[in-house]
Amino acid sequence: MQSADLGSTPSSGPPGPLLPLTGEKGGIASTGDYIALLKPRVMSLVVFTALVGYVAAPGQGDAVLGFAAILAIAIGAGGSGALNMWFDADIDAVMTRTRARPIPSGRVAREEALMLGLTLSALSVVTMQLAAGPLAAALLAFTIFFYAVVYTMWLKRSTPQNIVIGGLAGALPPAIAWAAKTGALSLDAWLLVAIIFFWTPPHFWALSLLQKEDYAAARVPMLPVTSGAQTTRLHIFAYSLLLAPLGFAPVLSGLGGTLYGVLSALGGVAFVALALRVLSSRAGESDAAQNKPARDLFGFSILYLFTLFAALLVERGLGV
Amino acid sequence: MSVPVTLTPEELRARQRRNLWIALAIVAFVVLVFAITLAQLGGAVLERPL
Repeated sequence: MQSADLGSTPSSGPPGPLLPLTGEKGGIASTGDYIALLKPRVMSLVVFTALVGYVAAPGQGDAVLGFAAILAIAIGAGGSGALNMWFDADIDAVMTRTRARPIPSGRVAREEALMLGLTLSALSVVTMQLAAGPLAAALLAFTIFFYAVVYTMWLKRSTPQNIVIGGLAGALPPAIAWAAKTGALSLDAWLLVAIIFFWTPPHFWALSLLQKEDYAAARVPMLPVTSGAQTTRLHIFAYSLLLAPLGFAPVLSGLGGTLYGVLSALGGVAFVALALRVLSSRAGESDAAQNKPARDLFGFSILYLFTLFAALLVERGLGV
Repeated sequence: MSVPVTLTPEELRARQRRNLWIALAIVAFVVLVFAITLAQLGGAVLERPL
């Protein structure tokens, strides 16, 4: 099936009246429901990569302003997460992985999520402007806009390249933090962005191989739905070939040291090996028992990114 | 004319909880802006002619 076939999804355009606007269906919202709207797991990855960007950037930096900048990025991520849940409530209600979220379960009204998302997004940009100036604030505003509008409202429902282009939003936090500390951007900052940008497609496509039916049911044009599992496996392998050398590039630019070099080289080889295993498997086909290579790659991809950024944090933070 | 809504005790508690969190968030934001202002002005902010 081609992506054009999905152009008339019921979920394209503004959210339809598929769900209650008042939240009365599923009982009273708890504090945890409002926290869930902020996508805390995504937020934790954003905060971590932003922290590494801040620590790795040259200069001393001010502890209070650094804390405020990272907090602003976290709040911005939370706000854009709430906007994503507001818009995607119809898709979330269909998919197994997301149907227990606060809006589709009826505990939080869609308008509440919209207001929370808009408020937090605005507050985060204002805070960033106060703490770090216009470049970091503009980058943060652009990132929120890109995730909430370009990715969520447009790309996600219209093209199988959704997570490739949309991945820029998740890749920018280290550059925002870098700009917050130095007031400028450098090659090293863009390298950190590039690593996350090229990491995102194999990471999400591995997951989408496992949840192909879910995406198909929600009519989200993920690559396995539009082009099949074999093409997806090939794309995963191709991106892993781009990612592995890119992950090592900070050593050549001087940003990463010996520890980073060893870990990124070993991690890159392992990433390509696992992607090759996915390519030669039947992951994403009708037999779920064949999905283990994709599941392994998905799990390892998280470890890989965490290890690379943790190594930079150790080297640049502790000066080792 | 709209019909007045009577909240259950559980709904009232939930509203109080939400209000408390909103109040805490506003106070935290005020403190944050204060701290940012001090940090931007630098350490010599209090050493000025009055």
